[in-house]
Amino acid sequence: MASIGIRDVSKIYNGGVTAVSSVNIDIADGEFIVLVGPSGCGKSTLLRMVAGLETISEGQVTIGGRTVNDVDPADRDIAMVFQNYALYPHMTVYENLAYGLKNRGTPRSEIDARVAEAARMLELQPYLERKPRALSGGQRQRVAMGRAIVRKPSAFLFDEPLSNLDAKLRVSMRGEIKRLQRRVGTTSIYVTHDQLEAMTLADRLVVLSGGRIEQIGRPLDVYHRPATTFVASFIGSPAMNLVSGELHGSKLALGPALIDLGATVPTQGAVTVGLRAEDLRLHEGAGGSLPFRIDYVEELGSQRLVHGMVGDQAMVAALSSEIPLPEPASLSIAPSRLHFFDTASGQRIDWSGEAAGQGALAAVPEAVA
Amino acid sequence: MTRIRLFDHLVLMLGVFIMVAPVVVAFMTSTHEAADIHRNGLSLTWGGHFTETYDTVLTRKGGFTGEITGARMIWNSLILGIGFAAGKIVLSMLAAYAIVYFRFRLGTLFFWMIFTTLLLPLEVRIVPSYEVMNKLSLTNTYTGLIVPLLASATGTFFFRQFFKSVPEELLEAARIDGAGPFKFFIDVLVPLSRTMIAAIFIIMFVYGWNQYLWPTLMTTDERFFTLVRGIKQILLVWVGSNIPDYNEAFALAILAMLPPVMIVLIFQRWFIKGLTESDK
Ligand SMILES: Nc1ncnc2c1ncn2[C@@H]1O[C@H](COP(=O)(O)OP(=O)(O)O)[C@@H](O)[C@H]1O
Ligand SMILES: [Mg+2]
Repeated sequence: MASIGIRDVSKIYNGGVTAVSSVNIDIADGEFIVLVGPSGCGKSTLLRMVAGLETISEGQVTIGGRTVNDVDPADRDIAMVFQNYALYPHMTVYENLAYGLKNRGTPRSEIDARVAEAARMLELQPYLERKPRALSGGQRQRVAMGRAIVRKPSAFLFDEPLSNLDAKLRVSMRGEIKRLQRRVGTTSIYVTHDQLEAMTLADRLVVLSGGRIEQIGRPLDVYHRPATTFVASFIGSPAMNLVSGELHGSKLALGPALIDLGATVPTQGAVTVGLRAEDLRLHEGAGGSLPFRIDYVEELGSQRLVHGMVGDQAMVAALSSEIPLPEPASLSIAPSRLHFFDTASGQRIDWSGEAAGQGALAAVPEAVA
Repeated sequence: MTRIRLFDHLVLMLGVFIMVAPVVVAFMTSTHEAADIHRNGLSLTWGGHFTETYDTVLTRKGGFTGEITGARMIWNSLILGIGFAAGKIVLSMLAAYAIVYFRFRLGTLFFWMIFTTLLLPLEVRIVPSYEVMNKLSLTNTYTGLIVPLLASATGTFFFRQFFKSVPEELLEAARIDGAGPFKFFIDVLVPLSRTMIAAIFIIMFVYGWNQYLWPTLMTTDERFFTLVRGIKQILLVWVGSNIPDYNEAFALAILAMLPPVMIVLIFQRWFIKGLTESDK
């Protein structure tokens, strides 16, 4: 078990592609870190630099305080789980699990004991003599995890390990990974493009875009206080509504509506306003401050996503499916739940009126207008 | 799958007939006496001299030195065929491994150079190769018979293509599992290549077994004669007034067929097992 330090790490591929630029992350011992971002943002590259499968162009990676830039993958004391599992097809499950230990000269009895323990943890005992092709996707995934666990490494590295599974299995494996990591307490870095997976697994999230860190934080902090418009639109489903508004004193002009914020925002004039779909309330007629023209509805069962227009800007509201959809309708939102971003840079603008945290948010009464 | 029709059977039977009939004729003819064959030509009936002829062919010491038997020639051919096939596989796997997994300068250039030699048959370089072997005093040795033929562009090419199809992650997983280049090759690549090895072994064994020109050049000592040469040797008496031992020539030809057939049968099992087992 060990802490991991990533300091000013950049990766420039031959040909000049900068896949990762100046990334800094400090990962505590036993922490579960998730790197999340859209495809091509450099998550895998970063992970592979920690693993030693990719050379580090600039910066430093330390594992347990030791700089490992020039250390062979085998000697970094890490284990990796790949998206396509990368099991050795000609070896049985037992041999797959034992191979890494065998190469390290672990005594036979020790190998047997560790494989047995991992197999028990992952419920793989009935399959130890099978070849990977005779296993289902979920079982193969568990073997890949087992291969990591038996080694008792300082860190687990996961590269989209659940992407090849069907949706249902993905959810149950997600739980299993989390449970397992808690149990063995091994520092983990987990790469995914799925924000839901990232939210549910992470102790801390690292949101990446274009090879740069957009935000690092605990899932709920990132959700409630996205640092940039990119994070705001990437984390949370449906994505946060981002519309343009204008600040005049303590008033916000949003399309045709004028909202009294009750506090001032440290900027004036044009601003990007973020509204979470689930913070919006629907009113009949002009009961809310934002006149809402409904276009279409997506039924999700527990809730429905109502798509429509406020003025000339698109807006999605997540509503309980019991609420009738009146015509005409309007939306309202508690001012404390508004997010402001600088229109040019996309950076979050903190203001005094916003909800301070989860506790404060829970206290906000329903449907204020 | 459509139903197998009568017509399909007819086509298959025709194919079998075309393939097998000459072999049957050769086998039947080989059981007659030489004079008989000389008089009546090929024959489709049982001649009744099976044991004598085959016994003679396998055990009679013949040739100028009186030292060479059919069994010895089969042995020589086997050494050539197996040595040739195994050597080619080892060499071309190693070459392909280097080309695919190690980035060395001019690697691609070397590959294309090897690839270009695909276009050149052995016969083109046979004289210089002989010259070299002669200078090294390797004529009339198994080494001289086998080694100059081992470099294989075909094998290298096939293995290269195969190695390139092995997922990159397998190499990475092995690296993290602490397998160095040698271990990865032995523990992962070789077992994964079983099917390819079987296929190439079949092809190369038959190719080596049927070599004629090179063994003829390289061996003047009858102890090193191969089966294919031996058949030729029997028919050479034609120059005299004797009737050539047609029966023995046919018998040798039949015998010459058996080991390749067995190799195909044995390796085909392995080959098909490999094909159906792998999930690629
Ligand atoms: N071997 C490589 N050579 C050049 N560019 C690469 C290489 N591997 C990845 N890239 C580029 O680096 C960027 C990040 O890739 P990657 O880390 O795989 O993204 P992600 O895993 O987030 O989808 C992409 O733009 C990709 O095209
Ligand atoms: Mg990736």
